[in-house]
Amino acid sequence: MMAALRPRRSAMPGFGITMGVTLTMLSLVVLLPIGALVIKGTAFGPEAVWEVVNRPRTWAALWLSFRLSALAALFNLVFGVLLAWVLVRYRFVGRRLFDAAVDLPFALPTAVAGIALTTLYAPNGVFGSVLAHLGWRVAYTQWGIFVALVFVGLPFVVRTVQPVLATMDRELEEASATLGASRTRTICKVILPMLMPAALTGVALALARAVGEYGSVIFIAGNIPMRTEIAPLLIVIQLEEFNYDAAAAIGLAMLAISFVLLLAINLLQVWSRRRIENA
Amino acid sequence: MTIEISIRIGASRGLPGHMAGRTSAHYAIAPVVTAPRRSLAKRTVAAVITGALVLGAAGALNAQTLLNVSYDPTREFYREYNTQFANWWQAQGNAAPKLETSHGGSGAQARAVMDGLNAQVVTLALASDIDKIAQMGKLPADWQSRLPHNASPYTSTIVFLVRKGNPKHIQDWDDLTGDGIEVITPNPKTSGGARWNYLAAWAWAEKNGKDPKAFVHDLYAHVPVLDSGARGATTTFAQRGIGDVLLAWENEAYLALEQMGDDAFDIVVPSVSIRAEPPVAMVTANIKDDDQRALAQAYLEHLYAPEAQALAFKHFYRAWDTSAAAPEDVARFPKLDLVGIEDFGGWSKAQPDHFGDGGIFDQIYVPQ
Repeated sequence: MMAALRPRRSAMPGFGITMGVTLTMLSLVVLLPIGALVIKGTAFGPEAVWEVVNRPRTWAALWLSFRLSALAALFNLVFGVLLAWVLVRYRFVGRRLFDAAVDLPFALPTAVAGIALTTLYAPNGVFGSVLAHLGWRVAYTQWGIFVALVFVGLPFVVRTVQPVLATMDRELEEASATLGASRTRTICKVILPMLMPAALTGVALALARAVGEYGSVIFIAGNIPMRTEIAPLLIVIQLEEFNYDAAAAIGLAMLAISFVLLLAINLLQVWSRRRIENA
Repeated sequence: MTIEISIRIGASRGLPGHMAGRTSAHYAIAPVVTAPRRSLAKRTVAAVITGALVLGAAGALNAQTLLNVSYDPTREFYREYNTQFANWWQAQGNAAPKLETSHGGSGAQARAVMDGLNAQVVTLALASDIDKIAQMGKLPADWQSRLPHNASPYTSTIVFLVRKGNPKHIQDWDDLTGDGIEVITPNPKTSGGARWNYLAAWAWAEKNGKDPKAFVHDLYAHVPVLDSGARGATTTFAQRGIGDVLLAWENEAYLALEQMGDDAFDIVVPSVSIRAEPPVAMVTANIKDDDQRALAQAYLEHLYAPEAQALAFKHFYRAWDTSAAAPEDVARFPKLDLVGIEDFGGWSKAQPDHFGDGGIFDQIYVPQ
């Protein structure tokens, strides 16, 4: 009995070495760069950081970046779940091809994506020329940024929801139907709540990716200050002026806002998971 | 024989050629051996002799290396210059040098050198970029007085590229702020070259009795897209069909005509423009020995030699010495009223006043 209370070696061997490698990797790849950013920012001084962040142009860029990233992530939530549903539940010609195509935004260098999207949506492009007739400019407006962010964030929700959907017990749906629930009710009360935690993970990933996205957006945004200038561009502009402190300050602001947003999504996830377990 | 290794990040070969420059770093390794086509026998003999020489004097003939860190539009010029210089250098009785050139945005290139890129020579778009490197002590503060003409072996100016036939009748700077005119120019905050565009507009307004601040304000209100670099702006104008006029370096404008055919665009030369001086300097802190110093010094000084000046003219730069240049290359450039950066008090004043954080350019977008 006493032996059980002492911390004992896991039955699984290799804890020491895997934990060691994990900590080293995590430190080198994630913690050190972020730590350097935080140190750079704090050395600059909180007032100085606030002075850089609290400018109309910085606020405009942050608001633009986070607003469009959130909208793109929500768009991807809806269409990602739908896409995952189609890929998992139906059998049709070209399904595997579609499935593979979902990952393309991961594989494609973002600059290529940006240039390709700009070519399509520019007023003389294939889509852009049609939209221009309707008086709708996409490239070089906030719409263009939105399109690019939807593109780079697309795979996340699909890939997080897909496995959950594939392993989901069909008996639950059948039970719901035999108990007299309508299709809409089954979807809303049975299927979606079960997909929720996975979908939220996807949203968090898509949001994080979109907030930091530079390569593809820079080609399709007009980059006009106060209108289509994203926060990462503002950082690059500060770097061009050799103004490393101000760049770190904006970086810190982005880090803080991202942290709050991801924390909120995590809490939402915990809440939705509890709801399933209690149900 | 020039071997070029291109590292293309995010730009596939299927895209228009000049777009690759936006996000790529190119390294051209110029001639180690310059071999015109010869018979096999002759080549074998030459190879054996060369081999013997190399083996015999391996220590003494250690090939000197030189890295020239340059900005974007000089790619074609330095590719040819490296060949020319290597030939000349060998003709002086030296071993074949190994010359490398790296290209990118001027500011980013300067930062790379500041962060430790081992460049012996920098050839950038702006003196202020080299000044930043000098502030770190990597080269003497008076670098710009160590070579003729403000250390600028070639210059350029800012002109207008308009659609063929000039449908909007753009002749001079004041036409750019007309109703419905869209102007394409890169962001002067991220593009060193674009600062010349802005200053040229300022100079015109000043010479024509207008309030320059109000004029540049008005001008940038007509800019629908602020690309981050000069090549990006050229793409927006030429490939995407955005805008009525592109403010471009003269050499870039001619390059665009050459690459895209002169049936699509016309060059309009305004009444006033600015003498854009892309200067060159030796990064003394990165020189490892006297041999390398001699090579770097010769590399920079030879830029002023008649045949190198001719090469600059050929690549659409306004160089100084026309003695060896092809007459048609020189005749291409019309005379126009040029102001210099010294009229703005030099970069050390113009840079913070106009392009610094919260400077005049920033005030265009955020009223103070």
